[in-house]
Amino acid sequence: MSTLSPGRVDQQTTFRSRRGAELFLLVLALIVGIGAYASVGLGVNGHVPADILGYGGWLVALVVAAHVTIRLVAPYADPVLLPIVAALNGLGLAVIHRIDLARTDTDFAAKQLFWMSVGVGLFIATLVFLSDHRALQRFTYTCGLGAVVLLLLPLAPGLGTQINGARIWIHVGGLSFQPGEVAKVLLVISFAGYLVLHRDALALAGRRFGGIDLPRGRDLGPILAMWLISLLVLVAQRDLGSGLLFFGLFLVMLYVSTERPGWLVVGGFLFTAGVAATYFLSGSVGFLEHVRNRFDIWLHPMEYYDRSPGSFQLVEGLFGMSWGGLIGRGFGEGRPTRVPYAESDFIMAAIGEELGLTAVMAIILLYGLMVERGLRIALISRDSFGKLMATGLAVSLALQVFTVVGGVTRLIPLTGLTTPFLSYGGSSLVANWVIIALLIRISDHARRPLPDLSVPDDQDQLNTQVVKLP
Amino acid sequence: MNKPIRLIAIFLMLLFAALMINATYLQYYASGRYNDDARNRRVVDAEFSRQRGAILVGRDPVAESVKSKDLYKFQRTYPKPQLYAGVTGYFAYGGAVTGVEKSQNNVLSGDDSRLFVNRLIDLLGSKGPEGGDVELTIDAKAQKAAYDGLTSLPGKVKGAVVALEPSTGKILAMVTTPTFDPNKVATHDFSANQKAYDKLNADPGKPLLNRAVQMSLPPGSTFKVVTAAAAISSGKYDASSMVPGGATYQLPQTSGPSGLVDNEGRDCGVKTVKFTQAMENSCNTVFAQLAVEVGADAMQKQAEAFGFNSDYDSWDDLQGTNGKSTLTTSNFPTQMNPPQTGQSGFGQYEVRATPLQMAMVAAGIANQGTVMKPYLINEVQSADSDTVATTQPKKLSQAVTPETAKEVTKLMVATVNDGTASPAAITGIQVAGKTGTAQSGQDNVPPYAWFVSFAPADNAKVAVAVMIESADIPRDDIAGGKWGGPIAKSVMEAVLNP
Repeated sequence: MSTLSPGRVDQQTTFRSRRGAELFLLVLALIVGIGAYASVGLGVNGHVPADILGYGGWLVALVVAAHVTIRLVAPYADPVLLPIVAALNGLGLAVIHRIDLARTDTDFAAKQLFWMSVGVGLFIATLVFLSDHRALQRFTYTCGLGAVVLLLLPLAPGLGTQINGARIWIHVGGLSFQPGEVAKVLLVISFAGYLVLHRDALALAGRRFGGIDLPRGRDLGPILAMWLISLLVLVAQRDLGSGLLFFGLFLVMLYVSTERPGWLVVGGFLFTAGVAATYFLSGSVGFLEHVRNRFDIWLHPMEYYDRSPGSFQLVEGLFGMSWGGLIGRGFGEGRPTRVPYAESDFIMAAIGEELGLTAVMAIILLYGLMVERGLRIALISRDSFGKLMATGLAVSLALQVFTVVGGVTRLIPLTGLTTPFLSYGGSSLVANWVIIALLIRISDHARRPLPDLSVPDDQDQLNTQVVKLP
Repeated sequence: MNKPIRLIAIFLMLLFAALMINATYLQYYASGRYNDDARNRRVVDAEFSRQRGAILVGRDPVAESVKSKDLYKFQRTYPKPQLYAGVTGYFAYGGAVTGVEKSQNNVLSGDDSRLFVNRLIDLLGSKGPEGGDVELTIDAKAQKAAYDGLTSLPGKVKGAVVALEPSTGKILAMVTTPTFDPNKVATHDFSANQKAYDKLNADPGKPLLNRAVQMSLPPGSTFKVVTAAAAISSGKYDASSMVPGGATYQLPQTSGPSGLVDNEGRDCGVKTVKFTQAMENSCNTVFAQLAVEVGADAMQKQAEAFGFNSDYDSWDDLQGTNGKSTLTTSNFPTQMNPPQTGQSGFGQYEVRATPLQMAMVAAGIANQGTVMKPYLINEVQSADSDTVATTQPKKLSQAVTPETAKEVTKLMVATVNDGTASPAAITGIQVAGKTGTAQSGQDNVPPYAWFVSFAPADNAKVAVAVMIESADIPRDDIAGGKWGGPIAKSVMEAVLNP
């Protein structure tokens, strides 16, 4: 722990509670969410939805409940996170509702509102029952084991189902569930706990090569293990997105805890090698075809438009976003349902089409702001575990946003991941609300004023009391 | 640990910046490329969903967009489908557009720059973009007379009628049969419209072919008008001259029956014959000799002055209805030897003319030798019916001198008054005309019946060409005068007696 030194400047800063600011921002966020819902009705049906009061009321109730909880149990928490999440979730609901209206045979919005309620419930529960995030450090290995089990669940026969080539769902009863989303949270906790304990060993000097300290061979164990798990996820479940996410997450947390860029070099090399091997072996190894196909589509989307598996979804999304242009077609004027899964993975395409580049930029900025607040919490956090956990949670959100938005806009190959808080999907939404709850818990801890241990200012008076004339 | 966190923060900021730059590229810089992709249904459907302008004849729409309740918002409808199919064409899904719908697409869809001001107003108001209207030169009565005339012939009639206003080139009537119902192709029921199209496309009668501009056939004796013009232009003859005649004529450099021209029993003198009589009786022997006399070059020059051998591709308001925009070129053979020249004199050998071309010949004679460029679009109007552009008539060529035109007119008047073209005579109005019955050159294909005329002869208001490719008429009975004459007459009457 000797190298750990919380920021000197931050330590001296006294944070105010800022709950009023949060409330004000929440009002803005609700205007976005409820306003979007109303304009969906206006744009598609020509009138404000009949249930606007009930819907808006429920949204307000959820947000107010979260806000009041923060006031009660985490009064010094970061004031920006909850409003960002409320705005994104509200906008997502409106867009999903819009897609429901176009399809007429789905009610994803109602289900999403239910899952949002569950998410807010878990958010409140997390804050209430977890009064100190450091308690989680005790569950390092439990969380790790839980995450691995969850990740492997979809591979279990009878439980898992393969959808669009990726085997990342499990079906229990009538409910489908993506365990990877929850595994993500558990992995962050597990990584943070493990790295806090072993960072010194991992940080020991190794060989120096080309100006970079490379780690010792014997310390490569954990990263190799993680690399293998990621590849297993990637190969067995054909889920390139989660593989990238988990590995990137681990790499970043390893780097942050050891402060040694050598890990990034090793990790980057391993990841590139893994992906390259996947790509080039796919010709001879049949089950890698899916990943290879994603790459080919990324490189030549137009040539795969009519093929199967092809680029129809990606290209329709690109067509939609181009069609939306700078300010979008407006709710009801676009054709978002031409894109398969417009309500989940491709919700950014639907937003780009009907709300335009303006909204896409605004949403990317909101995500950027969310990640920035998360990393800020990590910076000011007073304990290593909190720092690592906050970094991990923020980075996992960032990588997920980058992977899915970059995939939809053809910046990188498309992988199946949900857009946090926007996409339809219960597991993702609930898991992300818990992530925000954890960040808020850590930030409350970091921003709370320290107990007053200082000596009185008046040294003279102190002296007069102590010093006595002979 | 704060230094790596700060570095990670910068790295993630770069990732988000990349996302934003890429989104900007996609939705702004590259959007045009994606929107132009033929597979982009959004753009195709939006084009298809526009409130298209109407195609008007007078004030009545012959093609208009009416509100529909489906995805595409407006259904293109054709109130008089059969009558105007050859002119309007159709506007169907997926860029299947023909006829005026195609040639005037920019105006009808509202993209034309002449409609810019209106588009600006549409943009400021909340109205969707509205297309402009197109007013045709078609005379509704003449069009109907032509259509009724053709369809009243016995059996399944293949034919075409074109009527022009000689002084301007306005197309007053353009009818082709068999015709079709563009509504069936334009319907939004995509399985039905494909079926309708496939059926039309496979129909042996070729209803999608606009015979008025897309089919050229031997014009037969109607071409004698051109030969007469060439002969008179040579300076040797006028309408009162005697011309070389005879019951038969052996083409130069030939011997035997294959090179022997006769007149199917009509009186064409012994050695010479009056020019008027030669025209009245449609004497093949006379016009073969006249053609040989003026020579291949002069014949070609004369034919080309009327428009033969020039492609009409720049006449963009005339379009095919079978999806092909190119119009058929009327052909007059080049590099002919004397016997071929002789045959060309009465519209055989390799002479081919579209009905539009023969109407231009009649109109050129009627207009003191000046051929005007035929056009179909009279006016372009904004959605609020303000005129934004009117087509100005254009001179195409001076085919013959006014004097020559006058002499040819005399011959054609005589043909109506005392000759084969008498079925086109109108009481109280002097009509000029010429019949034609052209050999198809194939044993199993009956001859084609032609008729060209204009009236009044001294100050023509209308020139007509009628072409009957086939109808249920006994082979011996096929004659341009008998079948084509009455149709031409009724079209001329429709224009002259409104």
